Formats: sequence, C-alpha cells, structure tokens
Amino acid sequence: MAYSDKVIDHYNHPRNVGSLPKEDPNVGTGLVGAPECGDVMKLQMKINPETQVIEEAKFKTFGCGSAIASSSLATEWVKGKTVDEALAIQNTDIVRELSLPPVKIHCSVLAEDAIKAAIVDWKKKKGVETPATQSSATHD
Amino acid sequence: MAIQLPIYMDNHATTPVDPRVLEAMLPYFGEKFGNAASRNHSFGWTAEEAVENARGQIARLINATPKEIIFTSGATESNNLAIKGAAEMYREKGNHIITQVTEHKAVLDTCKRLEKYGFEVTYLPVEKDGRINLDDLRRAITPKTILISIMYANNEIGVVQPIAEIGKIAKEKGIFFHVDGVQAVGKIPVDVQKDNIDLLSVSAHKIYGPKGCGALYVRRRNPRVQLSAIIDGGGHERGMRSGTLNVPGIVGLGKACELCQNEMAQESEQLRRLRERLKEEIFSQLDEVYVNGSMIHRLPHNLNISFAFVEGESLLMGINDVAVSSGSACTSATLEPSYVLKALGVGEDLAHTSIRFGLGRFNTEEEVDYVVSRVVETVRRLRELSPLYEMAKEGIDLSKMNWKAS
Repeated sequence: MAYSDKVIDHYNHPRNVGSLPKEDPNVGTGLVGAPECGDVMKLQMKINPETQVIEEAKFKTFGCGSAIASSSLATEWVKGKTVDEALAIQNTDIVRELSLPPVKIHCSVLAEDAIKAAIVDWKKKKGVETPATQSSATHD
Repeated sequence: MAIQLPIYMDNHATTPVDPRVLEAMLPYFGEKFGNAASRNHSFGWTAEEAVENARGQIARLINATPKEIIFTSGATESNNLAIKGAAEMYREKGNHIITQVTEHKAVLDTCKRLEKYGFEVTYLPVEKDGRINLDDLRRAITPKTILISIMYANNEIGVVQPIAEIGKIAKEKGIFFHVDGVQAVGKIPVDVQKDNIDLLSVSAHKIYGPKGCGALYVRRRNPRVQLSAIIDGGGHERGMRSGTLNVPGIVGLGKACELCQNEMAQESEQLRRLRERLKEEIFSQLDEVYVNGSMIHRLPHNLNISFAFVEGESLLMGINDVAVSSGSACTSATLEPSYVLKALGVGEDLAHTSIRFGLGRFNTEEEVDYVVSRVVETVRRLRELSPLYEMAKEGIDLSKMNWKAS
C-alpha cells in the first residue's frame, strides 16, 4: 500500500508524542479502540478552565501508519482551539488532510472519537453534564 | 561486502529466479520455441525432450517416477486439480474429505466449493504449536472418507506437519493422501514413498524457479490414483491437464528442483544458522517478543514473531528497506488478522503484531544483522509511541480492560 507524503511525515516525525498526568483536573484523557482490532489511541489534552482553550495535547497510538498519522494530526489541530472548536473537528477533515484511502477511514474515525472522549473525560472532571457521545476504555 | 537495499526476506511469498535456472530457460524462449505436443518435427521433439528431462528432475527430488508428474500453471491449480479431481473421480466411493484449518486458501476454498456440491469436509483444528493431532485425524475418518489433504509445511509459520504419520494412517485406511508441498519441497527432504503421499503439489517460484509453473505428483501404483480433469481440451498430461505445455517454465522448474536436490543439505543448514542468528539477536535485544508455532517442527528458513504492543503494519512501514510480511489485518484485504495465527490460539491482539521472516538462498549474515538492527530500532521507537506498552509497564492488565472500539 502506498502512503501519502503527509502520512509518512507524521509517521516519521510524530507530533506531540507523550503523556500528560491523568489525575490533573485540567487534563482530559481519551482512550479509544481495542488491541484486538489493531488500533488503540490515547489522546490527552490540558484545557484552561477559564478560557476553555486546549493548551497542550499529547498522544500515543498503537496502530498502523495511518492511525499514528491521524492521531498526530489531531493533536496538532486541537492545540490552541477551544473545546467547542475541537468538538467540531470531523473525521472527514482528517481523511482529506492525510489523503487516506477508503480502507483507512476507520483510523480517522478513531481520531475523532479520541478527541471527543478526551473532552468528555475533562467535562466529567469539571462536573459538567454531557450526553455520552464517546467515552474511554475503562479498567474492570 | 556492502549491503544492497532493499533486502528481500519474504521468501515464502516468492523467491527470485536463480541465475542458473534463468540460463536453462532462455533457449526455450528463443530458438527452441517448439510445442512439446508436436510429434512430427524436430522443433516439437526438442521441446518434448526438455519437458521429459524436467519431469525426471522433479521426480528425483521427491522420489517419484517421471510419469507421475503432471505440469500445471502453479500450485493453486495443482491443489485444485488434486482435490476436485479426486472428489469427482471417487464420488461413488464417498463424499467426505479431511483437511485442517491452517491450509492455504487454495485448499480451503477448494474444499468450501466442494461443500456446495454436496461434499462433507472436516477441518481439523491445530494444537498450539500449529500441528494437527493424529487422534483427531483418526476420529474424523469415516467409511465415506475419500481424501485427506494436509500441507507439508505452513506458509506463515513454517510449521511442518507429521506427514509420514498421516500418510501411514491414510494408507492403512485406504484413503488418498494429498499434500500441499509448496513450502517444503526443495527445502527439506520430501519422499512420496516414505511419506505415503498419493498427490503432491509443487510450485516453481517458491524454489527459485519462474512464476506460472507448477506440478502435481499423481501416484501411479500402490495405489494408482486417477483424477478427473478440471481443464478440458487436447488431452495433454495423460488427459489430466489439457493445454499446451509452458516449456520454458517447465525447464525452469526442473532445473530449480535439480539445484535444490544438489544443495539442500548445505543450504538448509546455512539458512537454519541465519534464522537462529536472527531469532537470538531479536530476543536478546527486545522484551515481549513471542515465536508463533513450533520451533522444533519448523522449516529452517522461517521465523514468525509477534512484537507485542507494536502493530505489524506500522512496523513494516518503519523497516521499509526490508521486505517481510505481517499477519496484521491492516496488510490484508479483509481487515481480519491472520487466520493461521488465530487457529493456533494466538490472541488477535498479538496476531496484529506478527511479522513473518522468510530467509532464502541469497540472504547473507550481513543482511540478517542489518534486519535485526532495523527491527529492534523500529520496535523500540514504536513502543515509545504505544499506549499499550505504557499501560503494560504501569502494570495494567490489558486483557481486563473494557475497550471501547468504534
């Protein structure tokens, strides 16, 4: 399979790799996907409670090159955005930016889910009621 | 010696044509272009002589007689001809076929088609090491069983089945025994007499011969096996496979068999040494790596490893100057991870992280060392990127997680 130059660039130079402290009240963590499916994304954001601006974003991804690129791109995009702006990011935007082929669309869906899951987690910490759109994996 | 990139280490998929094979073939693309079925002029005789010579070369490699070799377009056709041909020919005798779950699709899908036509097929499971259980086989046999089809060695994990034991059981019960020998013939000793094999599929391009050429061994005595043709026409190959013979391809297959026979002992030792080096180096430098399938009953040139927490396709992307293959779903058209690994009981999480190394005649120690360094470096880098590796290091039991797959 041929990858687009942008996917290769993100794979070779992933942006914002790492972890933020899970317990920090201003950090939202999204953990989506499953090892059995070959894709797991962890996306974390540090959000300013006053301005609702995403000041920092980090990711770690288990998955193919397109999954790594989708989550790397997602961290780039959410940084500096407000929570509402980040929620408006759609998987199709990622597909377009990375020129993902049809078999890799699920990678972009997962990245969108990860953004939403991280925000849900942050809102939960803040005690804000949200409709459960996408939530993270949990430990039994 | 400097290493030439990219390095080819995917010799279960195909092999490069050996220059000596190519040399033998070339005249048959040129001045020796005759049709082997032309019986009335020297062009035909020259071609026929070359074909008969190749038949002998193949027969010698597997301890058969030249008349028992039928040429085909490749092992997929050989498998189809063996199974469909025997099923149709012996339909009156019974409608039951036994095979096993890690066969190549050329066998599995052929059996599935026969099921549509009223045949019953038993797909034996495999043990954790990738081999069938002989008691399962004995129990599966019924008075209606006409054929047992079991591969000599698996194309993904290189696991060698207990062929001689299966052959013995088949013979005792009077059931024909077909073996897909694609990965084993030319690599390890295959003897149709000793193993009681009645039908054996062979491919040229897995043994440094050309693509588009294969053979089927069809036993002629003790017992004599008859097959219904699946391709009708001019009645070539004793009526079992019509169609003008691919003379250059057949010459190449013959030459490839001869080379394998002459060099197998030395070559398999060399490959085993390289494979052990590859394995030991990887295992000494990385944690959480697992071999898939038996290390004892295994082709000398195969290594199939799961690199936990690193998805296979992303690993391939990182070692893009090395040609290997992965059991990850992302590299297949179906988005399902390897059915072979699943059959062994390898979890889907680990199946997604598997890489198949297929060493070959032209690989060197320097290449193995280079591959090791690229693999180790890429696995380490991707583990730094892997949330699963991080969680495992934190002591979280990943199997107890409640994953939210989309």
